Amino acid sequence: MNEIVDHGAAVTPRSQPSRLKQAALPLALFAVLALMPAAARFGASGYILALMTRTMILGLAAMSLDLLIGCGAMISFGHAAFLGIGAYAVGILSSHGIDDAFVQLAAALVVAGVFAFLTGAISLRTRGVYFIMITLAFGQMLYFLFTSLAAYGGDDGLSLSRSRVFGAAVLRNDLTLYYVAFAALLGCYLALRAVVASRFGRVLRGIKDNPVRMQAIGFAPYRYQLTAYVIAGMIAAVAGFLLANLSEFVSPAYVGWQRSGDLIFMIVLGGMGSLYGAILGAAAFTLLAEFLSGFTEYWGMIFGPVLIVVVLFARGGLASLGPNVGRSGR
Amino acid sequence: MTAPVLRLTRLRKSFGALRVTDDVSLEICARELHAIIGPNGAGKTTLVHQISGLARPDSGRIEFEGADVTDLPMDARARAGLIRSFQIVSILPSFSALENVALAVQARSGSSFRFTGKASGEAALNDTAMALLARFGLASRADFTAGLMSHGEKRQLELAIAMAAQPKLLLLDEPLAGTSHEESARVTATLKELKREVPIILVEHDMEAVFALADRVSVLVYGRIIASGSPDEVRRDAEVRSAYLGDEAAEATA
Amino acid sequence: MTLTLALVQVLNGVQFGLILFLIAAGLTIVFGVMDFINLAHGVQYMVGAYLMAAFTVFTGSFWLGLLLSLPSALVIGLVLELLVFRHLYARDHLAHVLATFGVIIFLNQAVKLVFGPAPLSVPVPQAFAGAVTLAPGLLYPVYRLVIIAAGLLVGLLLYATVNHTRLGMLVRAGASNAPMVSALGVNISLLFTIVFGVGAMLAGFAGAMVAPILSVEPGMGDNVLILAFVVIVIGGIGSVRGAFIAAVLIGLTDTLGRFFAPTLLRAVLDPAAASQTGRAVAPMLIYILMAAVLFFRPTGLFPARR
Repeated sequence: MNEIVDHGAAVTPRSQPSRLKQAALPLALFAVLALMPAAARFGASGYILALMTRTMILGLAAMSLDLLIGCGAMISFGHAAFLGIGAYAVGILSSHGIDDAFVQLAAALVVAGVFAFLTGAISLRTRGVYFIMITLAFGQMLYFLFTSLAAYGGDDGLSLSRSRVFGAAVLRNDLTLYYVAFAALLGCYLALRAVVASRFGRVLRGIKDNPVRMQAIGFAPYRYQLTAYVIAGMIAAVAGFLLANLSEFVSPAYVGWQRSGDLIFMIVLGGMGSLYGAILGAAAFTLLAEFLSGFTEYWGMIFGPVLIVVVLFARGGLASLGPNVGRSGR
Repeated sequence: MTAPVLRLTRLRKSFGALRVTDDVSLEICARELHAIIGPNGAGKTTLVHQISGLARPDSGRIEFEGADVTDLPMDARARAGLIRSFQIVSILPSFSALENVALAVQARSGSSFRFTGKASGEAALNDTAMALLARFGLASRADFTAGLMSHGEKRQLELAIAMAAQPKLLLLDEPLAGTSHEESARVTATLKELKREVPIILVEHDMEAVFALADRVSVLVYGRIIASGSPDEVRRDAEVRSAYLGDEAAEATA
Repeated sequence: MTLTLALVQVLNGVQFGLILFLIAAGLTIVFGVMDFINLAHGVQYMVGAYLMAAFTVFTGSFWLGLLLSLPSALVIGLVLELLVFRHLYARDHLAHVLATFGVIIFLNQAVKLVFGPAPLSVPVPQAFAGAVTLAPGLLYPVYRLVIIAAGLLVGLLLYATVNHTRLGMLVRAGASNAPMVSALGVNISLLFTIVFGVGAMLAGFAGAMVAPILSVEPGMGDNVLILAFVVIVIGGIGSVRGAFIAAVLIGLTDTLGRFFAPTLLRAVLDPAAASQTGRAVAPMLIYILMAAVLFFRPTGLFPARR
């Protein structure tokens, strides 16, 4: 059979660093997170613990969005809606006396799944900026819905006490909550990594690369994207559940489009498509915001330009500072 | 002929006042390579889009292996075996050549709604993919990023992907466009082999290749088929000569 | 529930819609011609309002204030274009969204720093103060009528420019296929700058005009921005006509919806539930409308690019 003439190494293929190197950054990240509480003993431990818990929770939400944006090229501007669903599941149920963690979590997952399915089914009929807008619209609708629920605090929000596990108030212990959030983050990271590497994930990545080509070999993009959308929504609801527990408070503010924008920023900051990049981004974002707001009341005036500079110059995000791993690297 | 693999019945498509496909009817048999030729702007690619499902005709019917596929989207037709290549070569640029083909194999090997297991490690998919890459001369390029390959290599890759999808009909839109003389000879040789295995519709400008490969030729001018028959018949057709081939060119390839 | 009350609401809806149109017109052209998603268009509106407040207080005159705000808004817009937006045209939509999001964060805080967090108020000019009797029993504020008139006038001007001038032809061509226009020898970056500048001025003008009737505060552009995007998505990107129709439609839907929803729901629910559900549903109506339009026309009503 004909052989294509080898034109030498004029163009090198994308080099694949060893598996150990690829795993270095995420391994380091999770190691730091696992050991962090020990180090915190040397500082204002309660405050730092809460800060890092919040970082991990937002990282979880951002990571779920990375499945959509980084692996599937679906830029959803309404992902904060799922955080809200998870949080309000806790708020609403606990205000009726149902404070069992498993019941609340189950409710959060079911509602999020259904909402994701219904809104995703409509949104995924659109492309590009229309998709961005319609996901934003659904997020806004949920925002207004929560604002109007006077029985559950409306605009002012709702206070709650942390969920009970089999009746025991174990989550009241900040350290326990930290490690529950850590376990959720690590578990979902490993699960999402498996999903991205699986047959399903490969199809999703293929759709991102060239949707027409994928259709030409027999893949219908819609059903794969909708499935990813539901998965991402449900994981973000888990983050919402944890967030409600951490702040012991829920409010419609969790769902605003600016919060969805924050999540997108975290992913871009950390590096799209790598999954753990979203966690790095969430950490950078949360810590930067925390640091800056302690500095000055007008921290937005520094934060805004930082965002702009990152977008203009740091194309691969923080994750690209490690060995080249981003699957969807641009 | 026995039941045709593809039957187009009175296809019409207009963009505003421009009639791009004007009452096209055609039948493709199981054992043929059918070439569609015509001047630029004749509507060849639009016809290919309608056959493959990327565009909807305004009226008319498309039957593939006896079943009416007119309302089916492109991916459904691909699953049924109607596989196409693109005029502007279309592959998955971020994936390796091997994964490009392996994905097409995956499409025909059971469900892709599997969320566990490493897809890129599936031996069955990879073996079939490697065999196809070897067949199209790309074995040494298996791990190469497809987007960085040369144009000719990408064209071969597209053919490998098409064959991996287990086609019952191949729809090739100008596979020789932009290829060097050497590359086009290679692709023509490949097509000569393929035509023994699967019916092919070949849209092309390269007359040498067309008359070397085609069992039958249809000529599309301003959206209408003005002639259809064996290469010799078409070459001698007066209307074809004046509209497209020109008298000298027709004689040169005789 | 009188007819008069309903008519007042219709006029309010039209007025709101025309303000949205002024903002959306610039947004849709910029997006259509330059394929640039400009989330910072909302702060452009806010900047116009703040400039109006500042100049009106400074000069003591509404007219001088307006006269000074418009070029200032243009200058600020062009500065933003030069510093930030220009570097984004070649990038993808995600980059646009994030960078302009950063501009919003920056400017929202910047105006807070310069003007303080408390809302500013701008007095309605004497000439337009008070209300006028449009029909027996129907009193309507003069200033709001002025806004409606201004909006319609600008709409007419835009229509004339876009459809009957050479510049307008270039804009329409650019919205349809910008690279082709450039390939035909048109100075595309000059066209971009003009398009952008006009858009910025329109948004600034809208902000200046509403300053007397709304409170001028940080973040006032955020919600308007979302609505403007809903307008251009429903109207179809790149189409000024689409933006006009969609804007008025949305203005009416939102205003009338908020007003009538509780009332209409009373037909099926008891008054208390109707009131609460009405208040919940009303703000959602626009988004439901957008979702419905996109369901049947995934690219809006009159998209410039097919």
